[in-house]
Amino acid sequence: MRSQEIKVLRVSELARPAIRIIAPIILALVVGGLILVILGKDPLAYYWYVVKRGLLSWTGFQATLVRAAPLLFVAAGLIVAFRAGIWNLGVDGQFLLAAVLVAAVGSPLNMVIPNWAMIVICFVLAAATGAIWSLIPAYLKANHGINEIITTLMMTFIGISLANVLIKIPFNDPETTVPQTVTLAVEDRLPRMFDTIIHHGVLLGLIAVLFVHFLMTRTSFGLRLQVVGANPRAAIHAGLNVRLLTYVAFGLSAALAGMGGAVEILGVWGTVRADWNPAYGLLVVPLVFLARFHGIGTIAFVLFFAVLMIGGESASRRLGVPTFYVLVLVGLLLMFLAIVEYLDHRWRRATS
Amino acid sequence: MHRTSAIELRGISKFFPGVIANKDITLNIYAGEIHALLGENGAGKSTLISILAGLHQPDAGTIVIEGMERQLGSPRDSLLSGIGTVFQHVLLAPTLSVIENLMLGGSWRNKLDKEASLSRFNELCSLLAVTIDPEALVGSLSLGQRQQVEIMRALWRGGERVLILDEPTSMLTPQGVVELGHVMKRLRENGVAIVFVTHKLREAYELCDRISVLRNGAFVGQINPDARSNMGEKETIDEIIRMMFDKGGQIDHDADHGGIDATVKSVLGGAQSGPNSLIAKEVSTSALPGECGLSDVSFKVANGEIFGIAGIDGNGQKHLAEVLVGQRDLTFGQIELDGEDITALKASQRRERGFRYLTDDRVGEGIISDHSIATNLVVKSIGEDPYWRYGFTMWRAIFAFARRQIERYDIRTPSERTPIGRLSGGNIQKALFAREIDEEAAIVVLNKPTYGLDLQNIESARDRIREGASRGITTVLISTELEELIDLADRIGVMYQGRMVGVVQAEAGSESRIGSLMTGASLN
Repeated sequence: MRSQEIKVLRVSELARPAIRIIAPIILALVVGGLILVILGKDPLAYYWYVVKRGLLSWTGFQATLVRAAPLLFVAAGLIVAFRAGIWNLGVDGQFLLAAVLVAAVGSPLNMVIPNWAMIVICFVLAAATGAIWSLIPAYLKANHGINEIITTLMMTFIGISLANVLIKIPFNDPETTVPQTVTLAVEDRLPRMFDTIIHHGVLLGLIAVLFVHFLMTRTSFGLRLQVVGANPRAAIHAGLNVRLLTYVAFGLSAALAGMGGAVEILGVWGTVRADWNPAYGLLVVPLVFLARFHGIGTIAFVLFFAVLMIGGESASRRLGVPTFYVLVLVGLLLMFLAIVEYLDHRWRRATS
Repeated sequence: MHRTSAIELRGISKFFPGVIANKDITLNIYAGEIHALLGENGAGKSTLISILAGLHQPDAGTIVIEGMERQLGSPRDSLLSGIGTVFQHVLLAPTLSVIENLMLGGSWRNKLDKEASLSRFNELCSLLAVTIDPEALVGSLSLGQRQQVEIMRALWRGGERVLILDEPTSMLTPQGVVELGHVMKRLRENGVAIVFVTHKLREAYELCDRISVLRNGAFVGQINPDARSNMGEKETIDEIIRMMFDKGGQIDHDADHGGIDATVKSVLGGAQSGPNSLIAKEVSTSALPGECGLSDVSFKVANGEIFGIAGIDGNGQKHLAEVLVGQRDLTFGQIELDGEDITALKASQRRERGFRYLTDDRVGEGIISDHSIATNLVVKSIGEDPYWRYGFTMWRAIFAFARRQIERYDIRTPSERTPIGRLSGGNIQKALFAREIDEEAAIVVLNKPTYGLDLQNIESARDRIREGASRGITTVLISTELEELIDLADRIGVMYQGRMVGVVQAEAGSESRIGSLMTGASLN
C-alpha cells in the first residue's frame, strides 16, 4: 500500500515536467494545423513534409545539423544569461557584429597565417566583439540598475545598422556588385566531417552547450551566478560581488553569441552581405525556456527547431505556404508555453 | 461633556495562526476628537487599523456606526462608511498629477469629470487650510505635501467621519509635523474623529485629546481628555510608559536625569578586554528616503556578552546590523575588532573573521526561495573547502552536510533538495540559524531572531543564542520585544531616530527606563 503510494507520487513528479514541456509543443502544432486548415492546406501533409525533408532525407538531415550549429552557440549564451537572471535579448546584435568582423578579417588573414590559426583568431575575435557589444548594457545594469531587456534590444538595433555600415563602407568587396565582404574560399572554411557537408562547428556548438551546462550547475562560479540571478539581494547578503558577476555573465553570454556568428560565417557563408540578419537569437529564446535552461534539453529543442526550420522551408515551397509560417509556430509555442506555465503555477498553489 | 461616538468597537478579536493579534478590544472613537493609539511593535495597532480600513475581518466582536452594526467587508465598504485611512507609506502614483491621483478611485464607467473633481479639491483645500497646485506631479511634492494629498484622498468620498493616520509623522520633517498638526486641528473643528497611531509619546501628548494604549493585543488603558487636562506633560508620559511597558515596577525618575552622554561614555570607558571584542565608534550612515540612517552610534560588546539593541522598528536597527557585518558602507566612524580597525573589510572578509549575520528580512535577502535547502545552507561559503574542490561543486558532500544539519537543527522538510521557499517560516529560520551559528562563528549579529515564530521555536532559538554566548560568541541581539532583550541580554542599547540614546543594564524592572528612551520621552 505504502510503496504504491510512493510510486504514484514519483510518477506524477516525473510526469509533470514532461507535460509542461510537451503540452505547449502539441498545442502549438494543433493550433498551427488549424490555421493551415483555414488557409486551405493539409496540415498533416505539411508536418509530414517537415519531418521528411528536415530529418529523414540525408541532405535535409545534414542541412538541419549545419543550421543547428549557430543556434547551439546562441543557446549556450542564453543559458548563461538566463541562469544568471539577465535578459540578454541582444544576442542578435552580438551575433551579427561578430559575423561581420570575422567575414572581414577571415580571408585577408588566411593569406598571411596558417588556416588553423586564422580560425582560432576569428573565434577569439568573435567572442571579444560580442562581449564588447554587451559592455554598455552591462554597465547600465550593474552600475545604474537600468533594465537590460530594453538596453540589449536597443543595442541590437544599433548593431544591425552598424553591421550594414561596416559592410557597405570599410569592408566592402569592390569586386562584387552587391555590397558584401570579401568571400572566404570554400576550402579555407571550417573543415567538414567525413564526406558530409556537416562542418565541425556543430561539434563545437554541442560542446559549448554542454560546457555551459556543466559550468552553471557544477562549479562555484556557476552557483554564484545562479544566486545573483535568483535573488540579487541574497547575493549581496552572502557577500558576493554582484556588480562584477553581472559584467562577467553579460560578457560570457555575449561572447558565446558572437562565436555563433563566427561558426555561421566560417562554416557556411564565408561572407556577409548587406542586410543579412538571420535573427536566430529571438528564435532560440523560447527553446531555452522550454528546456528550463537545461543543457541537454536545450540541445534537443534546438535540433527539433532546426528540423522545423529546414523542413519548413521546403514544405512551404512545396505546399505554397509562406515560409514565415514557421514563425507562426514559434509564436504559438511561446504563447502556449506561457499559458501552461501559468496553469501549472496556479495548480501548484491550489494543491500546496 | 457631550460627546458622540463616531465608531464603537465592541469586543473585537482577531487571531492569526499562533498569534492573538487583537484580544477583546472595546473602544469608542468620538467625533471631533484626536485619539492617539499607542503600543509597542506587535501590540496590535496595525491589526486594529486594518480591521477599520476593511482589510481584515474581525473573528469576534462588532463595529457599530451611528447605532447600527456594520460589516466592513472591504476597503470600499470602509470608505463608504466614512472611514478614510492614510497608511504609513505613501501610496500615490508619482508620475500623475495631484488631481489625477485623486480621480483614480472613480467609477470606470463615467467620463472623468475634472470640473467636479477640482471643485471638490478646492473644498478640501479650504477644509484642511492647505495650498497645493492640483496640476503638480505628485513626484515633485515634498513628503508632507504628498501626505496632505493622501489625507484628501481619504476624505475624497465625502461623509468624512473618521480619519485614520498610521504613523503619519515618521517620514516628515519637523515643519511637516507642525503642518500636519494644523490639518488635524482643522478636521477636528469640523467634527471629524481622528485616530492617530504613533510611537512618539511627545507627539501623542501634544496633538491628541485622548490616548489609548494597547499591549499584547489587548486594550490596557486610556487617558481621557479630562484626565489629560489635569495632568502635566511628564505625568502623562510616565503614565503612558507605565501602561505600555511596565509590569508593576517603579519608574526610575532619577535615571532620566543621569544624562545620555554619561551612560555611553561609561560603557566605553569600563570596557573589559578579551578576544572578539567588538567596538563601534561614532558610526554614521546615509539613508535613502524612507530609511533611518545612523548618527554617531558608539558601543562596545565584550567576548561572550549578549548586547541587546532595543527600539521601535525603523529607528536605525537595520543599518546598524548591516554596518557591523560589512554589508553597508558608513559615512563616518569605525568598527574595531580586538582593537583592530576593520571598517574597510567587506562582508565576505568579515565572515572569514567569524562574523555572522542573521537577517530579519529572511525571505527577501536571507534565502534563495527557489533553490534547495542544501544550497541555502552553503550559500555564504561558495567556493570554500570542503564542499568545493578546485572550483568544482561537491554536491554529494553538500547534500550529506545538509542532511546532518537538518537532523541537528530539527528542520522539518521532505528532503534536503526541497526548495527552501516551501518551508514554513519557523523552519526557514532554523535553517538560517544552522547557517549562521556554526562552529566558526565568533561575532554574531541577530536581527529579530524570534519574530513571527511560534512559542516552541522561540524557546529553542533563545536557547541557541544563550548557548552560543556561553561558548564565547560575541552577540549583538536586535529585537523589538523588550521581554526577550531583558531575558537574554547583559546590557541593552536603545535606538531612537538613528541614535543610541542610552545603554541600560538588562534586569527586571528596566522596562520603563528602556521604554521611555525608545519612545523619545526622555529626550529634551
